[in-house]
Amino acid sequence: MSDFMQFVFSGLTTGAIYALAALGFSLIYNASGVINFAQGDFLMLGGMVTAALLAHQMPYGLAMVGGVAATVIVGLLLYRLAIQPAGEASVVSLIIITIGASIFIQGVVQIVLGKNQQTLPPFSGDRALQIMGAYVLPQSLWVLGTAAVLVALCFGFFRFTMVGKAMLAVAANALAARAVGIPTARVLQLSFGLSALLGAVAGVVAAPITTTVYDIGLMLGMKGFVAATLGGLGSGLGAVVGGLIVGLLEALVAGYISSAYKDAVPFVMIIVILLVMPHGLFGSKGSDRV
Amino acid sequence: MKALFRPSLLVLAVVLALLPFALPNNYVVDIAVRIALAAIAAIGLNLLMGFAGQISIGHAAFVAIGAYCSGIVTARFGWPPLAAICGAAVGAAVVAWLIAKPILRLKGHSLTMATLGLGVIVNIVLINEVDWTGGPDGMPVPPLEVAGFAFAKVRHWYALAAVLLWLAVLQSLNLYESPAGRALRGLNGSEVAARVMGVDVARFKVRAFVASAVFAAVSGSLTAHYLGFISPSIAAFTHSVELATMVVLGGMASTFGAVLGAALLTALPQLLGGLHGYEMVFFGLVLMLTMMFLPKGLVPSIALKLRKKA
Repeated sequence: MSDFMQFVFSGLTTGAIYALAALGFSLIYNASGVINFAQGDFLMLGGMVTAALLAHQMPYGLAMVGGVAATVIVGLLLYRLAIQPAGEASVVSLIIITIGASIFIQGVVQIVLGKNQQTLPPFSGDRALQIMGAYVLPQSLWVLGTAAVLVALCFGFFRFTMVGKAMLAVAANALAARAVGIPTARVLQLSFGLSALLGAVAGVVAAPITTTVYDIGLMLGMKGFVAATLGGLGSGLGAVVGGLIVGLLEALVAGYISSAYKDAVPFVMIIVILLVMPHGLFGSKGSDRV
Repeated sequence: MKALFRPSLLVLAVVLALLPFALPNNYVVDIAVRIALAAIAAIGLNLLMGFAGQISIGHAAFVAIGAYCSGIVTARFGWPPLAAICGAAVGAAVVAWLIAKPILRLKGHSLTMATLGLGVIVNIVLINEVDWTGGPDGMPVPPLEVAGFAFAKVRHWYALAAVLLWLAVLQSLNLYESPAGRALRGLNGSEVAARVMGVDVARFKVRAFVASAVFAAVSGSLTAHYLGFISPSIAAFTHSVELATMVVLGGMASTFGAVLGAALLTALPQLLGGLHGYEMVFFGLVLMLTMMFLPKGLVPSIALKLRKKA
């Protein structure tokens, strides 16, 4: 039983990270219909830049702010330099652009910050706490807490602020949103900035547990996407629930079956999900525009 | 069979036949062989990306399946290489079919993510199943021998690769003009329109995916025999991206574009003396810039320019 609780806690922790990645996917997908293949790289950037700043003797708090800020700038640049100039390009072209951006970001990080794995010190010590018979690192609580706060902030943002509502309007119908005076380009830019912010924060709080390396975004992004698909692409609640489920299943497979093959879990899941419920748990069954 | 008499195919045949006389030394012939083998995989991927409008960033998985199937059954079970290549192609086709069947009914990005996942899985399997694959260290592959004839010299390989490349181009052009090919191009234009016209969209997409997997597997099998050694890096994400970049740069939906893309991306790094860790920056930039400034890719854009002038 204590084994089981151990797996559940570690599953929820990684699940919270996937949930934040999934939320980032959903944000951009809602606003633009594009799956941003560079989403995982936002998580990687947050962790890697923070680690690099830390290595240059910067205080931890400042380094974190720097890592997150750098990632947000990259997110905004991605939109300004690559997505916006492509204009009315097809979704396939836009997806290829984000794939290119993802590889480019990985390549630059690999050259500038190196190929080695980096880790960040835990925020508040590494003495495990005992909760319900399981040993839990304080950093896991940081991850869960941060994820909960970010998710709550997101919901509040879309619910109670004008900017958030404008984003929802663009998601629902970009043309109509423009007609009532919403600057759609700026809203799209904001969605890239926001999902970069979500990703970077997730990357920083997760790094003390998962460590980080230039190509970790690939895995994180893929699992975030599986989580978003499971929950229903575009649904905020779905992203969170999907992330937690993916994390839990992965931890249980790693614990009871094989740790070498735990990364296969999301891949098998995505095929099953797409087969059984193509719209996910909370997705809308919207019709396609022709 | 009309396609046999196309001028473009005749030109290709002449170029491929005369090329070895123009190539100064074995080093350059070696590059030509690598280009031809890569082009076979790129032509296959183009069937999927160009004709069916589906992106795969895990195609190196099929190249790896071909390479390792060939390597394992020839080295460990003593199969003749030709039987191994056919077996590998069938194996890749089955894997592709199993994945494509459920996923291709859905929207574009689903297959992209699934192929990315497949690439990761194949990589994990190759590294972990040490008894079969030799693990991270890779494994040797016996040389290619067909009916007693051993392909020992680079120029033998050039002849083989050139013939196969020509056949791949022929196949691709035939598919392009066939009813199935027209249907596939319809998909890329508008899936809904194709469906309305009575095209079984999902079935054609599955076919394109399976065909592209077979091309990739054959290319992988041959590469394994040619190099005489394989390692899990053949299934690496960068290799998948390299293949996708070839197709995008050369021009999606253009068979010769895929060949040109393969030639450029194989030869350029060689001429530049290797990319030395800059591969990802290079491929990433090429992908982004092509899509932003030349969304149709090189060959279709050049063809359009020439036609306008004429």
